[in-house]
Amino acid sequence: MDWINALTQGVLLGGLYALFAAGLSLIFGVMRLVNIAHGDMIVLAAYIGLSVTLFLGIHPLAALPVVIVIMAIIGYLLQRLFLNQTIGGDILPPLLVTFGFSIIIQNALLEGYTADPQSLNAGTLETASVDVGGLSLGVLPLLTFAIAVVVIASLQWMFYRTALGRTFRAVSDNQHVAQLMGVNRRHVFGIAMALSLAVTAIAGVLLGIRTSFDPSVGPGRLIFGFEAVIIGGLGNLWGTLVGGIILGVAQTIGAKINPGWQLLAGHLVFLLVLAVRPTGLFPKIKE
Amino acid sequence: MPEQILTVQSLDAYYDDFQALYNVDLELIEGEVLAVIGANGAGKSTLLQSIAGLISNAASQISYRGQSIGDLRADEIAHLGIALVPEGRQLFPSLNVEENLLMGRTTGRTGSWDLQRVYQLFPVLEERRTVASTELSGGQQQMVAIGRALMANPDLILFDEISLGLAPVVIKSIYAAFPRIVETGTSAVIVEQDINMALSMSSRVYCLQEGRVSLQGTPDTLSRDDISRAYFGRI
Repeated sequence: MDWINALTQGVLLGGLYALFAAGLSLIFGVMRLVNIAHGDMIVLAAYIGLSVTLFLGIHPLAALPVVIVIMAIIGYLLQRLFLNQTIGGDILPPLLVTFGFSIIIQNALLEGYTADPQSLNAGTLETASVDVGGLSLGVLPLLTFAIAVVVIASLQWMFYRTALGRTFRAVSDNQHVAQLMGVNRRHVFGIAMALSLAVTAIAGVLLGIRTSFDPSVGPGRLIFGFEAVIIGGLGNLWGTLVGGIILGVAQTIGAKINPGWQLLAGHLVFLLVLAVRPTGLFPKIKE
Repeated sequence: MPEQILTVQSLDAYYDDFQALYNVDLELIEGEVLAVIGANGAGKSTLLQSIAGLISNAASQISYRGQSIGDLRADEIAHLGIALVPEGRQLFPSLNVEENLLMGRTTGRTGSWDLQRVYQLFPVLEERRTVASTELSGGQQQMVAIGRALMANPDLILFDEISLGLAPVVIKSIYAAFPRIVETGTSAVIVEQDINMALSMSSRVYCLQEGRVSLQGTPDTLSRDDISRAYFGRI
């Protein structure tokens, strides 16, 4: 039963990792940009959640819509003001600029919020659980997983069923020809980054409710996000969810064997997948 | 008196570091079909890409309906009503046939062209509307590329070597649709290697040689000798 419990917790944890990864996957898919600051943006979202929660005196989940809007605006502005200038043939400039963002965000958060660990107070939601067939499942992990599924289903629908998604795919295929169609790629990239950071906002607030955070934990979340994306296969959103789940399960099973092995087990499974299937388990397949 | 829709004035254009066009002048009257011919590397594609905004130039070197557009971006030019059917078709591989066509609607320009009319023009595309664009034959891909440009309801449409790499019978069937493309008064510039095809479709011809206009005139006044001299240089 303990093992089944660990497995289930791992699956639910995978939902959070999929949320870390979805925004990363989205912008890589649209503009081949690897956002090194993604983890720090998750943490930034958690801190914005903290401020909104304290300032308005509301529950973190009630603050979430506000955080989503703020992060989306930040995303659009970062893209239009800085990142668009770095996008072109070479993948290195955006990598360096987002690495710079990473350092700036960490230090700005240190200045603004100090290095003390913080957490979002969600009251009873943090400890509430339901009994399912003898397993005690936390309401928060269940909610996180459900949100992850909804977010990924929505992104999938957006990509394949809407005009915006069509434009994203067209720009991803060939920016110049998309421009010939009248697509302003700077604006489209801005929208993509706004969407990416909107998802990041959800991930950040849920992370902040689940665990304590401080300005330095971003890069660790980035690694989990990368690993989920790579395990699942680049450009495949449902694969990203599966990747998150595999990573989550590996971590909880690892921790079950020996608490010190939690992170190591996740990384080892990632390396194993990379060695056996370098393109991930479900490389980009057409719907 | 029909208005002059496009004016290219002393255009010097560069393709990477290489100067591809020298002092090119060209005018296009509303509703006119112009052919641009010339050997490989004569600068034909560079000319079209300059007009469409893929290559940036000095603002005043190209004007459209009196507005200087030489320095505008391709997407801004598309919104003004200029569409380019690019060389090599360049469909979006991730999109199916219909999605490729719908991309042409991005500018939101209204007019008589819509999915239904494109499907009337090229019925085979309707049968294959949900097929990935990569699975089409070359001729069908070219039809999608043309249809996609038409979906923007352009006032000026630029064709860059639409016969390239296609079988003669396929080229014929695509050009058979041409009169219906321009019948509503759409102006067109055709860049073509196939001189006979270019001459039969157009009312005026420019010949480019090594980046310069070497000849211009109406098809009926130009002799074969004139054209081959303008095409290949001194024989």
